[in-house]
Amino acid sequence: MSEFNPSRRKLLRVGAAAGGAVAAGVFAAPAVSAPAQEAPAAEAASSPGATMPVTLDVNGREHQLTIDTRMTLLDALRERLHLTGAKKGCDQGQCGACTVIVDGRRITSCLTLAVMQQGHEITTIEGLGKPGNLHPMQAAFVKHDGFQCGFCTPGQICSAVAMLDEFKAGIPSHVTSNLAAAPVLGGDEFRERMSGNICRCGAYSNIQDAIAEVAGVKA
Amino acid sequence: MKAFTYERATTPADAAAAIAKNPQAKFIAGGTNLLDLMKLQIETPGHLIDLNDLDLDRIEPTSAGGLRIGALVRNTDLAADAHVRRDYGVLTRALMAGASAQLRNQATTAGNLLQRTRCNYFYDTNQPCNKREPGSGCGALLGYSRQHAVVGVSDACIATHPSDMAVALRVLDATVETIRPGGETRAIPIADFHTLPGNTPQVETVLECGELITSVTLPEPVGGVHVYRKVRDRASYAFALVSVAAIIQPDGGGRLALGGVAHKPWRRGEADAALKKGSKAAGDALMAGARTTEDNAFKVPLVERTIASVLAEAKGTP
Repeated sequence: MSEFNPSRRKLLRVGAAAGGAVAAGVFAAPAVSAPAQEAPAAEAASSPGATMPVTLDVNGREHQLTIDTRMTLLDALRERLHLTGAKKGCDQGQCGACTVIVDGRRITSCLTLAVMQQGHEITTIEGLGKPGNLHPMQAAFVKHDGFQCGFCTPGQICSAVAMLDEFKAGIPSHVTSNLAAAPVLGGDEFRERMSGNICRCGAYSNIQDAIAEVAGVKA
Repeated sequence: MKAFTYERATTPADAAAAIAKNPQAKFIAGGTNLLDLMKLQIETPGHLIDLNDLDLDRIEPTSAGGLRIGALVRNTDLAADAHVRRDYGVLTRALMAGASAQLRNQATTAGNLLQRTRCNYFYDTNQPCNKREPGSGCGALLGYSRQHAVVGVSDACIATHPSDMAVALRVLDATVETIRPGGETRAIPIADFHTLPGNTPQVETVLECGELITSVTLPEPVGGVHVYRKVRDRASYAFALVSVAAIIQPDGGGRLALGGVAHKPWRRGEADAALKKGSKAAGDALMAGARTTEDNAFKVPLVERTIASVLAEAKGTP
């Protein structure tokens, strides 16, 4: 371990804590309280860019930050607010690991800039439920073993929660047969609507079981 | 990503004028395509003008009996709109066949029209690409070209336009409404909006510098059975190899437009006129003059077979 510098060691400790939390069936990230006021980030110093003040409303709490305009919402959540639930998988909108809920809708946080998100209500996995008080979707993922490594899980859960709201709003999908009627909950619809969340471990059938249980239908 | 400054536009005219003053600037709305390209430094704007505060997010009836779709209407909202589902089903079907739910929640109507090709040689900055770097050559012509265009191609570029929505707008005869930096507006038929590559594949639309899309209008509904069939390598969340947007009338006539085969949504009057004769006649008319590679020659028969399948589906739909 001697070749690791202190920041690397600290990173490993945080990673181990997060892994333990997953193993215990708790999806919220380790509790790291973000200061309400932060100084400009070090990342801007290495490659000079424009910085701007922005206020982000995350999980019901306002955070005033000064950030590089290039910073994605995902990077702001992870690197500045230390909300490491949303994951950086592909960083190009293809894998869904960074999915968060903005104004009630699921989006890929890697494909939006943090400066574009002022005035919007952002909910991450940490805001859905807490250890001891899990969101029903989190509890269902634990019960049905809806994961193996857990990396895609925060994105899967945020996506699944918002997907059920899309059903309630009557939003059709590619597999909805009758556009004049409300979509019908079920396996084909879940599979199509969750296609933006990739699980490299292939836990899809258990993910679907968890979603079906929360939706109150057969998988 | 290259550094850039950022502002939020307050009116469409101001936004257009701001770009005219700074040609290094770009508009951003959903950001799902632009930010992806900026991370790869394929797009390197020095300034971004965020359009999301503009009052362009509504769907309203027009005096001509059609619909006006604001440029900022998200793909999900457009697909789910009750009028669109009832009268322009092919548009809902096309939108829902594209991307993922997360991206449809972000992506806008105007941004969808303006998205860049997904050609892998355009995306790989180590490869030559006349679209990304005019004059550098085309990696796809002698490379891996399974996804690429078969009609309307040139020696400079065989990229396709990746949008599903635009194919439906083409079959619906939509119109793109814009405002220019001087404040004047114009209406561009969707047929004329996207361009073929020719010797300038870097030019993809007829929009001028600073010209901003404000809305897309649909004419009065034409009835018929609406079908959008997308053939792709996965059942969900993949770009089209071939797609067919169709409006079929009870007498067997109607309209067809294709995606995945050209630099723009592909429609020909001859094909619509030949539709009553069947899929072979319509497919031949659409694929006339096709120039294929070894990798993408399969698209020509696939077009005819997909049309046949669409016609059979339309016949079986009450």
